[in-house]
Amino acid sequence: MKPLIVHHTPDPYADTHSPDTHQDTFSKTVLGFWMYLMTDCILFAALFTTYAVLHNNTFGGPSSRELFSLSTSFTETMILLFSSVTCGLGMLSALRNDKNRVVAWFSVAFLLGASFVAIELNEFTHLVHEGNSWRRSAFLSSFFTLVGTHGLHVSIGLLWMFVMMIQVYLLGVTAITFRRLAVFSMFWHFLDLVWIFIFTFVYLMGVI
Amino acid sequence: MFGRLNLDAFKHESSQNIAVIGMVLGGIAIIGILFYLKRWKWLWNEWLTTVDPKRIGVMYIIVALLMFFKGFADALMMRLQQALSVGDAHGFISPGHFQEVFSAHGTTMIFFAGMGIVFGLLNLIVPLQIGARDVAYPFLNALGFWLFASGAVLGLVSLAIGKFSTAGWLAYPPLSGIEYSPDEGVDYWIWLVQIAGVGSTISGINFLVTILKMRCPGMTLMKMPIFVWSALCAMVLVIFAFPILTATLYMLALDRYLGMHFFTAGFGGNPMMYINLIWAWGHPEVYILILPAFGIFSEVVPTFSEKRLFGYVSMVWALIIITILSFIVWLHHFFTMGASPNVNAFFGVMTMLIAIPTGVKIFNWLFTKFQGHVHFTSPMLWFFAFVLNFSVGGMTGILLSSPPVDYQVHNSLFLIAHFHGMVIGGFLFGFFSGFTYWFPKITGFFLSENLNRYAFWCWFTGFLLAFMPLYMLGFMGATRRLDHYEASTGWHPLFLTVGLGAAIILCGVCIQIYGLFMSIKDRKNNLDLTGDPWNGRTLEWSIPSPPPIYNFAITPTVDQLDPLWAIKRGLAPKPEKDYEDIHLPKNTPMGLCIGMLSLIFGFAMTWYIIWLAIISFTAIIVCLIIRLSGEDEHDVITAAQVKEMEAARLRSQTT
Repeated sequence: MKPLIVHHTPDPYADTHSPDTHQDTFSKTVLGFWMYLMTDCILFAALFTTYAVLHNNTFGGPSSRELFSLSTSFTETMILLFSSVTCGLGMLSALRNDKNRVVAWFSVAFLLGASFVAIELNEFTHLVHEGNSWRRSAFLSSFFTLVGTHGLHVSIGLLWMFVMMIQVYLLGVTAITFRRLAVFSMFWHFLDLVWIFIFTFVYLMGVI
Repeated sequence: MFGRLNLDAFKHESSQNIAVIGMVLGGIAIIGILFYLKRWKWLWNEWLTTVDPKRIGVMYIIVALLMFFKGFADALMMRLQQALSVGDAHGFISPGHFQEVFSAHGTTMIFFAGMGIVFGLLNLIVPLQIGARDVAYPFLNALGFWLFASGAVLGLVSLAIGKFSTAGWLAYPPLSGIEYSPDEGVDYWIWLVQIAGVGSTISGINFLVTILKMRCPGMTLMKMPIFVWSALCAMVLVIFAFPILTATLYMLALDRYLGMHFFTAGFGGNPMMYINLIWAWGHPEVYILILPAFGIFSEVVPTFSEKRLFGYVSMVWALIIITILSFIVWLHHFFTMGASPNVNAFFGVMTMLIAIPTGVKIFNWLFTKFQGHVHFTSPMLWFFAFVLNFSVGGMTGILLSSPPVDYQVHNSLFLIAHFHGMVIGGFLFGFFSGFTYWFPKITGFFLSENLNRYAFWCWFTGFLLAFMPLYMLGFMGATRRLDHYEASTGWHPLFLTVGLGAAIILCGVCIQIYGLFMSIKDRKNNLDLTGDPWNGRTLEWSIPSPPPIYNFAITPTVDQLDPLWAIKRGLAPKPEKDYEDIHLPKNTPMGLCIGMLSLIFGFAMTWYIIWLAIISFTAIIVCLIIRLSGEDEHDVITAAQVKEMEAARLRSQTT
């Protein structure tokens, strides 16, 4: 039998301390949530691509230039951005372990987020009442789906925010609730970022 | 009340009735046995609520094998039909039902047999190879499994209630649109794939973070076993590809349910958009299957050649390059779409490029055997067959990657022969190899080597007979999904050969089932007491078989590749026995609950039972909120208990 060939390179500088094992829940959760956000990003990328391909397929119906109002979408943008700012201020209060301020700032963020959803729903009903629903053309299907999916995410975010406010109110800012708050704020900022792209590609470029 | 569900949904053709009756009787038998043996509590505590990746892995493999048998039965029916239905004879399946059968075959094999095997092996092996006691998100891991399982169950339900999709395994529109497929078939397909797909995304995130964050001290990325590398690359593909699938099916569902016009033939819809999107997922998907098989062979070949893996670094880079390239080749699935020559040329060249890293891997394995001490065990037999099949499949793949050739053989049986060569000859043979290799590690006893060899020879000859004639038939003009042809085509002898091959594969499968059954029955005589039966190199062989609940009593420290060989050769210090408290996550029924609710939701949506859909969806949200509002719960095994358990194991080994 031939001798086994094993190469041994003794490495006195072998880093036996990293990576951190097992107990590092916070960094694991945050990394995993980043991964989740990237999957969501790809989901939106697929919807954006479809919108880009289909947005001229109006099939004789109205085009983006005739339908979109910049003032509404700009208001929505500002509301969502401010919601992110107040969410960030809430996180700063969480870092200072100030439970009441956390709930207060998040309430403001919640109201702003809710008004964003309300404005969007209003815009949608308006379009549907004028006969321009998602059944009208491929362009409108992709518009309603892209913007509506973002709106759905914001609505889920609102539900999540509500649950987190109750948790913080009842349990205070603990290691666990802080971790969940941190993850939630990532989600909220991410939705902001997606909206910036929607504002640019759908509304701004649609009106030009 | 019941949407569009009515009694007609329970009327089927005779061949399907037999399957349904068999399925129901089997289910009743299992429930009866559980009552008879009073095993419900055991089932609940040890399996259904578990978050232990070893248990979840076993459940994945069981579901995947069951689904494999279902998909295999579909394949046998198609081959039998094609052997019989020539000229005036019309076989035993109606054309409509034949369409259901081939749609179900592809869906079952890729989404449930294939993905189940991949995630099962990852659950079983990755934590052990990286020296971890657990995965990053035990609950999400369980949830991923239960979503996968409920997708599989929804597929079985479609067999008994109503029709399955007749639009093929990827449900191309406009055929899959509401206009041309108004019944429930495509809806079943959408929801079962959607539920299982979300499960796959969750599991993908879990394993990516597990591999990145939970390796034992000293195991840098370039000291990971190649199987872990292949898992890492496959999981990167999962999290990039599966969201595209989710988005695509979401749009198809909106077309069907809300009357949107993404992929319809009218109103400005664009069916080719669907084809592009689905293959932007579909091509990476086949690499999600094959990369872990590459990883398995990279473990099996060095171990049974008693040599280190040749060219570790090139192996890693080959994996990474395949991962990247797999995202820029999707258009080769539809060169006939009519894109410009430049576009087709780009995708053709990119496809050919993949042959380079794949060739690197084949040569690395062959060089690993060079001057090694090769043992001709059954895992190695699968490897030899793999090299042959994969090379033939790879070369025909290169032929197909050339657009002018592809125009000739597009959607012919040539294509079918090519990708079955890759998926059976590559992926499935890889799984069988890994299954035999790791079986004693997971269960603590061996599979029968003799029966494995018989099964291997059946599979190998059966495979060649069943798929090599398809290349010829493809050139002769036989298309895929053919339920009838004229005798004047001259195809009948070849189709008979193909049917014979399928029958020989059936013998192989029967021998495998028998072998599994016999080895479980005789397990007392086949125990693996050493924990290291093959002179293994990696960490999973350093612990007993089956591994204790905490995997590693002492977290290993690694400073090189093949750490176990280094210890056995005296080139690395033996680990010191200094036990510590071990924290393991508590069991939870929440994964099972959400899985069941998703199944109900999918069923309700398929049949337009709106109230049930709303209730089950709300219940899912409530379950998630409850789960996400709880504390992090852990069971603690104290150092003293660990010491006790390890000592008990040593005692039982010596007696």
